[in-house]
Amino acid sequence: MTDTGHASTVGEATAPNAPPMVRIRDVHKRFGALEVLKGIDLDVRQGEVVCIIGASGSGKTTLLRCINFLEPYDSGRIYVDGELVGYHERGGRLVPAREKEIARVRAETAMVFQQFNLFPHMTALNNVAFGPIKVRGVAKDAARERARELLARVGLSDKADAYPAQLSGGQQQRVAIARALAMEPKVMLFDEVTSALDPELVGEVLAVMEDLAASHGVTMIVVTHEMMFAREAADRVVFMDGGVIVEAGPPDEVLGAPRSDRLRAFLRRFTTSRGS
Amino acid sequence: MASIIDELPLLLQGVVATLQISMLVVVAGSIVGVFGGLGLLFGPIWLRAPLRGYVDVVRGLPLLVTIFIIYYVPPAFDIDISGFAAVVVALSIFAGAHISEIVRGGVASVAKGQSDAAKALGLTFWPRIWSVVLPQALPSIIPPWTNTAIEMVKGSSLAYLVSVSELLFQTYKVVGRTGAAMEIYIAAALLYFAINFAVSRFGAWLERRVRYAL
Ligand SMILES: Nc1ncnc2c1ncn2[C@@H]1O[C@H](COP(=O)(O)OP(=O)(O)O)[C@@H](O)[C@H]1O
Ligand SMILES: [Mg+2]
Repeated sequence: MTDTGHASTVGEATAPNAPPMVRIRDVHKRFGALEVLKGIDLDVRQGEVVCIIGASGSGKTTLLRCINFLEPYDSGRIYVDGELVGYHERGGRLVPAREKEIARVRAETAMVFQQFNLFPHMTALNNVAFGPIKVRGVAKDAARERARELLARVGLSDKADAYPAQLSGGQQQRVAIARALAMEPKVMLFDEVTSALDPELVGEVLAVMEDLAASHGVTMIVVTHEMMFAREAADRVVFMDGGVIVEAGPPDEVLGAPRSDRLRAFLRRFTTSRGS
Repeated sequence: MASIIDELPLLLQGVVATLQISMLVVVAGSIVGVFGGLGLLFGPIWLRAPLRGYVDVVRGLPLLVTIFIIYYVPPAFDIDISGFAAVVVALSIFAGAHISEIVRGGVASVAKGQSDAAKALGLTFWPRIWSVVLPQALPSIIPPWTNTAIEMVKGSSLAYLVSVSELLFQTYKVVGRTGAAMEIYIAAALLYFAINFAVSRFGAWLERRVRYAL
């Protein structure tokens, strides 16, 4: 891989003394014979907004799922706020962590899914309050109170008692964002959260995410095909292709002045397929 | 006609025994079934393999064979077992196997994204299963579970072959005492029907309660 050497230099944090919130080192992951991640290196600072772009099948979802250990990675290291995700290191080897420890790290890395994955048997309010009550041990009243605030923040005060099936896709996804926020996570992972939405519903979800990104209160790693969002909201854009990071840097540079042929080809294909 | 009314208390004793057997069996079978079904799906291989064997073997046996095995095999090893206990154990084993398969299928039908979302919130296995996965599996579990409960009420009539005074046994006895075979058997049929009608209404009520989506 000619790009791996390059990749190891791309994710460096710009604030040299602050340790990164997410630190990914030489992560490899395979599904059977298929190697999906071929040595990923990436650092994400506290409060930073990183957008990951790349063609379908390039490993973006798998990378996000490795960060909260929904997929175990095969080698390398992922640290969230200094804690190794999913394993303990003993004499340079990875030993699987216990279920409780994995759950604890996951509670710090909230995830918003392409298909929303709201709990259909709970109201919007209970979807949001559920994590704090079950995982953080927050009292029910306090959790519901806070859930109401979060629903207001995503513009859904009037939908607290609605079930997911009664909500539009855009509303469901905003509830899902509120559910993730309720955990007060250190990192939020977004996996193509607008891809399953009808075009007219994309805007309302992006508006919520732009608002979040602008606050810089929470570290965000956002897999997206929304180039406008990446350009405006991201501190850094990362381009993945074939399981490696090919380019990373400020949005203007990566999107405006791509250096590699692969990224140029991707952006060209992208603007022609979505350009109309 | 008067003779049937006179014998009704005997029949009702039978009803009570039938209800006792059925309820014990449904409760025990449901407990076995929930853990069996979850074990079949999520258990390590050393648990999964014997569970699979249990479910497949028991589902392949006629109910009466299971009852006879439980009734006649322990005494050969000097273990006393009453007819009542043998029937309850045998039917529970039978119901447990069927409900294991029902629970396995129901839980497997819940979208994987639901588990992912619960994991991502930081829930460990049991809270994830109880609060997120099982509630969503219930709508597909309840109808076949109700059928199994009805099968168990009917299956409890086999207990008369090991001399448990349940409804069929009592019916038989009353017919012997009165000779009014037709009337007594019709009365027994109505009683079985009443029990199972109640079970099926209960199942329908449960099903409505656990269905959340519109
Ligand atoms: N659970 C899985 N089992 C087998 N292959 C998988 C699995 N998940 C993803 N893959 C494969 O890994 C590759 C990368 O997938 P993914 O990370 O979803 O890419 P992206 O999100 O960039 O589209 C694809 O070829 C996909 O088919
Ligand atoms: Mg993807």
